[in-house]
Amino acid sequence: MAIEVRIPTILRTYTAGAKSVEGSGGTLDELFSDLDARHGGLRERLVDDAGLRRFVNVYLNDEDVRFLGGLGAPVHDGDTVTVLPAVAGGAS
Amino acid sequence: MAGYARSMLTISAELQSKIVAHARADHPDEACGVVAGPAGSDRPERFIPMLNAERSPTFYRFDSLEQLRVWREMDDRDEEPVVIYHSHTATQAYPSRTDISYASEPGAHYVLVSTRDADAAEFRSFRIVDAEVTEEEVGVTGTE
Repeated sequence: MAIEVRIPTILRTYTAGAKSVEGSGGTLDELFSDLDARHGGLRERLVDDAGLRRFVNVYLNDEDVRFLGGLGAPVHDGDTVTVLPAVAGGAS
Repeated sequence: MAGYARSMLTISAELQSKIVAHARADHPDEACGVVAGPAGSDRPERFIPMLNAERSPTFYRFDSLEQLRVWREMDDRDEEPVVIYHSHTATQAYPSRTDISYASEPGAHYVLVSTRDADAAEFRSFRIVDAEVTEEEVGVTGTE
């Protein structure tokens, strides 16, 4: 068993076009580091010094991980992590 | 992709008026949403107004949980967001720096509606690829 991570179109250049990849780790942070070992550059698109980038939404199963502790959120085998580009903007 | 080269949004008059009506209804806050269509078709067909989680006259953000639900539904139906729209309520219908920084669907038509004029809505469409904005023609079908 592993953790399935669903990748949005915009980031599939890092996964050779794959819509989903698998990884492991005890927290979201560890999972992203594990993914980065095989999909170099992916982590930097998801995380910056302050934590999760505001340009992405990351979900653990059906929850927004911002409400679950962000990068420190615990993850388990069999979980599904979904990454979507945040849709936002505005006049200012 | 062919869609990029042609650089034109073709949309029905009915969908166009639904987008404008949503923008008017939420004025002075910004309104936002998507029009989904069959993947790869470049045809906007299914109107999906979204909540502006910011409820702000100068900023919009899709509610993250609503977005997850809608994106999954599109996936299940083999659709994609053909149009991503939002309104500017006091400025022109042109992508702001914030709009450009967030734009992450190179295949989508970014539609902007300005409701600053109560009588005449501006309705314009853009491609935003690698932070480069290209305005495109809007072809409206189904008008008399």
